[in-house]
Amino acid sequence: MMPVKAILLVSCALFCVGIYGILTRRHAIGILLAIELILNAAGLNFVAFGRVFGQAEGQAFALFIIALAACEAAVGLAIILGLYRTAKTVLADEVQLLRG
Amino acid sequence: MTLASVVIPLGVAAMALLVLASAVLVVSLRNIFRAALSLGLVLIGVAGLFILLEAEFLGFVQILVYVGAILTLVVFAVMLTAKAGVTGAQAASRQQGPAAIVSLALFALLATVVNALAPSMTPAPDPPTLRQLGQGLITTWVLPFEVISLVFVSAMVGAIAIASSKSSRSGPA
Repeated sequence: MMPVKAILLVSCALFCVGIYGILTRRHAIGILLAIELILNAAGLNFVAFGRVFGQAEGQAFALFIIALAACEAAVGLAIILGLYRTAKTVLADEVQLLRG
Repeated sequence: MTLASVVIPLGVAAMALLVLASAVLVVSLRNIFRAALSLGLVLIGVAGLFILLEAEFLGFVQILVYVGAILTLVVFAVMLTAKAGVTGAQAASRQQGPAAIVSLALFALLATVVNALAPSMTPAPDPPTLRQLGQGLITTWVLPFEVISLVFVSAMVGAIAIASSKSSRSGPA
């Protein structure tokens, strides 16, 4: 018997830990890591429900989530590198370049 | 009582413990490099859960793409920005109390919903096969599949354009 409920609870907990990370982190890369946690929680949910209903859709969309997470990580890290080069900081709340 | 009925719940419990413990480390460690390494443990644990859910292909994709590519990218970014001199005190978290309250309340809400759904969730007798997934990706979901590859190419080109050192000529200097 597959403990699907336990896996869904794990995915909820992973999502909430990610929310906590986004709210508390100052380091831009730390925020990105928390976003990866949230995306993983979503993928886990898709696969678990796909298993419950015996459909391949869940796995297909988890695959799309993984691909989009790769894009997001690449662009996000490039932005952080560019930000570091221009503003000399990686702390998200110290960047004030757009302040008039 | 088969072997699988003992092994699968034990494996799920072990992987859940690994995932949750390292997820807490990811958001609480002050050293961002160590946080990135704990993210690797989370990703491996999620891959283990995928395999236990009989989605072996996704488990291996998760290890290849996440642990192999994304984590390497994150570690490189941590190293390239290490000169910013963010000390432990500066990288310390803020607003921990309110954030903990918000995320705990959200978890309570989600857990209530999952509990309410739980009785109707018995796994289907036959799991989706890799053949179904592959056929679906080139028939039913061929449009999202191709759009993802377009998005991927544009994201990579954009990342290179943003991160290349020539782009700094548009800086304030």
